[in-house]
Amino acid sequence: MPRVMLLKGNHAAAYACKSARVGVVAAYPITPQSPVVEKISEFVESGELPGTQFVKVESEQSAITAVIAASATGSRVFTASSANGLMYMFELLPWAAGTRLPIVLCIATRAVAAPWSVWTDHTDAFMTRDCGWITFFSENNQEIYDTVLMAYRVAEDPSVYLPAFSAYDGYILSHTQMPVQVEDIEVVDQFLPPLKHHINLTDFDNVKGVGPVTLPHPPDRHEFGHAPGYFEYKFAIQRSLERSLPEIKKVHKEFCEIFGRSYGNGIYKTYRMEDAEVAIFAVMSVASESRLAVDYLREQGVKAGLVSLKVFRPFPIEDLRKAFKNVSNVVVFDREIGYGYEGVLSYELKAALYKSSTQPDIKGYIVGLGGRDITYQQIAKGVKDALAMESVNENLIETDYIGLELDKLEFLKREGGY
Amino acid sequence: MFKPVKIMDLPEEEMILPGTRLCPSCAPQLAYRFILKALGPKTIVTVPASCMTVVHGMQGATPVKVPVLNTTFETVAASASGIVASLKNLGKDKEVTVLAIAGDGGTVDIGIQGLSGAAERNTDMIYCCYDNEAYMNTGIQRSGSTPFGAITTTTPINGKLEHKKNMGMIMEAHGLSYIATACASYPQDLYAKFVKAKEMKGQGLRYIHVLAPCPPGWGFDNKLTIEIGRLAVKTGFWPMYEIIHGKMELSKESKRLVDPTKRKPLEEYLTPQRRFRKLNPSQLQEIKKYVNDTWETINKRVSC
Repeated sequence: MPRVMLLKGNHAAAYACKSARVGVVAAYPITPQSPVVEKISEFVESGELPGTQFVKVESEQSAITAVIAASATGSRVFTASSANGLMYMFELLPWAAGTRLPIVLCIATRAVAAPWSVWTDHTDAFMTRDCGWITFFSENNQEIYDTVLMAYRVAEDPSVYLPAFSAYDGYILSHTQMPVQVEDIEVVDQFLPPLKHHINLTDFDNVKGVGPVTLPHPPDRHEFGHAPGYFEYKFAIQRSLERSLPEIKKVHKEFCEIFGRSYGNGIYKTYRMEDAEVAIFAVMSVASESRLAVDYLREQGVKAGLVSLKVFRPFPIEDLRKAFKNVSNVVVFDREIGYGYEGVLSYELKAALYKSSTQPDIKGYIVGLGGRDITYQQIAKGVKDALAMESVNENLIETDYIGLELDKLEFLKREGGY
Repeated sequence: MFKPVKIMDLPEEEMILPGTRLCPSCAPQLAYRFILKALGPKTIVTVPASCMTVVHGMQGATPVKVPVLNTTFETVAASASGIVASLKNLGKDKEVTVLAIAGDGGTVDIGIQGLSGAAERNTDMIYCCYDNEAYMNTGIQRSGSTPFGAITTTTPINGKLEHKKNMGMIMEAHGLSYIATACASYPQDLYAKFVKAKEMKGQGLRYIHVLAPCPPGWGFDNKLTIEIGRLAVKTGFWPMYEIIHGKMELSKESKRLVDPTKRKPLEEYLTPQRRFRKLNPSQLQEIKKYVNDTWETINKRVSC
């Protein structure tokens, strides 16, 4: 029987691994991710996850390497990390995608040092953008559990065979308890059948050399024809990412039919968008706070709505064009900075709507870095300020910052500001 | 007691097909050939960026008859850990040998953290360092395993100012069940050591460090590969031993070198190699002292 449990976000991820019958886990401690793997070690040592191997590695780099190797050998694998730990994995992230391995990695988001901060922002998750992985976001703990299950289904689909991140806010979700329905494992088995691995190093009748040197041009293998060059491999990843979008929708629909829960169309979620004239565009913690901001704005007569992105990579251009079709303004709240430019969501949305038939004005804000609170009142004010700017229109290209407290810094006044 | 293998006892089947892309007279490849003969077809190999990447061929064609997983420079021990964990998860661990094979750079420098971790976790695997004493695949840059006085492309004028890391002792500090040093110029000895490491399955990480002369990197004639490796052993520069559950035993070729008068003069090893061409008398003295000190430590251990 499905069971409703009071779970922290990290433990929801751990229970999802248990429901998915993950075979090999390798991880290294980092705040705020650690409780995910602490819980999994408990499952392994208590015998609740029979056969599952937990490799307690000496670094994140070894964690990701071990799950890459275990995945290539034929097991369903899992790892998790945050911020600097994720950065330490970085070299292996494109390696995992390039080897076409269906790994699921949970990111309990955390600001990237220096300076040190253990609190949330979305910089770490966004920095992995160009590694060839699918990136899912979650707004609550049930969604974390559900997304991990869906991520495996998508990643293991032969039309995809790519690794996937499942990101959620550190502390705000990772360490906060919410009721989570943990599903009956036999039902999960139907949704997520055992992995049939396309590499499977243990197949000694069909010996493979995995991840060898490629060439600038497709090499001629005579009677075997041409082998792909590096370029063709990269193109194949891009194609698979593009094709993962309909696959994600399909998997999400099936998930909804079996378990009765849905997250928009699986790609993005909306709130009060039906008659909205201005849309907030945000992810994770900022999106959930924006739901309150939408109600608050509506009370004040502003016809606001929310588009909360669930899948960041591949970037769902067509979906977003549809989502923002009927609004005149979009206000984007980024909990990270694309350094030297603006918030990443903001500029990516601008690019996605380029030459679309309806082009709303887009205003971007940077909010909540390093765990600074971002409240629905601040978000609502940001929306109203953006709408006021529209009449002048000139500030729309500039990024603004909500919640910066420069006025508290006495030394800045003495020195005349940054 | 260590029993040498007769040449006729070696398996005939070659696990590496002819026509790899390595240099002529490559000792690492020679070593690898006998390693795979010893470990047999039910072996999964993982290799980091190294000359071993080159052995395994380009996309669409590999000359090696066992499954191979390439990985990044520093991660081969973690990669093997993942394979071992997956084999256990799939219930196939009893029948398969896992080999991580890396060069000296991938072992003593960039890979030492992962190796130390895998050793500490008693990972059921064989780790082989083929030591050609510099970053040969990237163009002969100095590594932590380059010997004192050797000219490399990053020690171009003075030669290396430090001695090589004593990796056998570093690994012994991890409390391993099996540690051995070997040399590609003694393939039967090498073969026997890998057979033993294979048979010690289930006893954690077994570590074998193989000295593997590199003609272009060391600067000697292709035809001298075997000879140079043998001189490294016969002069005492490269002692060959096994440490089984903490007990050190010298291998046949090294045993009699406990007596310094049985060692060939070190110059016979150094002079044919262009990397030692700039050695001055005091540097030569320093290497001689290093060899003597190494043997004094060994003598203390094997005599008691």
